[in-house]
Amino acid sequence: MIARIFVTLKPGLLDPQGKTIKQALESLGFKEIKQVRVGKLIELELNHSKAASAKRDVERMCQKLLANPVVETYRIEVRR
Amino acid sequence: MKFGVVVFPGSNCDEDCFYVLKEVLRQNVVYLWHKDACLKDCDCVVLPGGFSYGDYLRAGAIARFSPIMRSVSEFSKDGGLVLGICNGFQILLESGLLSGAMLRNTSIKFICRYVTLRVERTDTPFTNRFRTGQVVRMPIAHNEGNYTTGTNELRQLKLQNGVLFRYCDADGQLTPQANPNGSTEHIAGICNRPGNVMGLMPHPERSAEPELGSMDGRLVFESLIHAMAAV
Repeated sequence: MIARIFVTLKPGLLDPQGKTIKQALESLGFKEIKQVRVGKLIELELNHSKAASAKRDVERMCQKLLANPVVETYRIEVRR
Repeated sequence: MKFGVVVFPGSNCDEDCFYVLKEVLRQNVVYLWHKDACLKDCDCVVLPGGFSYGDYLRAGAIARFSPIMRSVSEFSKDGGLVLGICNGFQILLESGLLSGAMLRNTSIKFICRYVTLRVERTDTPFTNRFRTGQVVRMPIAHNEGNYTTGTNELRQLKLQNGVLFRYCDADGQLTPQANPNGSTEHIAGICNRPGNVMGLMPHPERSAEPELGSMDGRLVFESLIHAMAAV
């Protein structure tokens, strides 16, 4: 079972890294960019056989450690 | 009176804190290894600066689960004095002993230089040797010093007079240029509601001797000594 967690800054929080990357892309000639935000991908390989229980455990991992609820949100994908 | 300086894997300001307390201020001080649960009867616990666990995941995110932190948490709930410096402040935020979080500096640069700070409040165990409004100099050295918190939490923090230091210019003004990292309302150091836990991003242990260019940081430790002697 593979779980992929996308951790991103909460919308509305300034992302200076994203802003810098946007400027870099624009300087390379890519003009159609509205916004860039940078996050993290955390990939877990799990022993679970059922996706539902994997998702439940990963949810708890996110709340306890993997994401800081003050400034980050997360999205979980689980697949075999 | 006894100070304890916690050492996490990756802490690198523990020796400076120990040195200032022991050699400069002649205090009884011990190291506290992060894996131990025992606080060795310390009256004040210092969480020093550095890169605990390499700042992996988020600065302080893993150190907050070290065995010593459970003891530090209980100690703080019983009114024990806890001082978190730089990475130590980040660990206190991640552990919820102080409210808020750190974001990356808005300049996306690691900033290592002296800053001027305004002392906002002096009736705490950490600031009683300062004067309210005093402008002091201490060095910062960090990549994630942009303090942020929710709107309600910020209001609460201010209602509780929880802001102890703000980044300012030489005249004590909160100009944009005086804010090195974009920190909300120029916040450089805060305490919890009871006033026994403090975190600050600048390094008082690097501004405690004349040779290093400023003695202002020494006043944080002298305030603690004064507060502990009064008990």
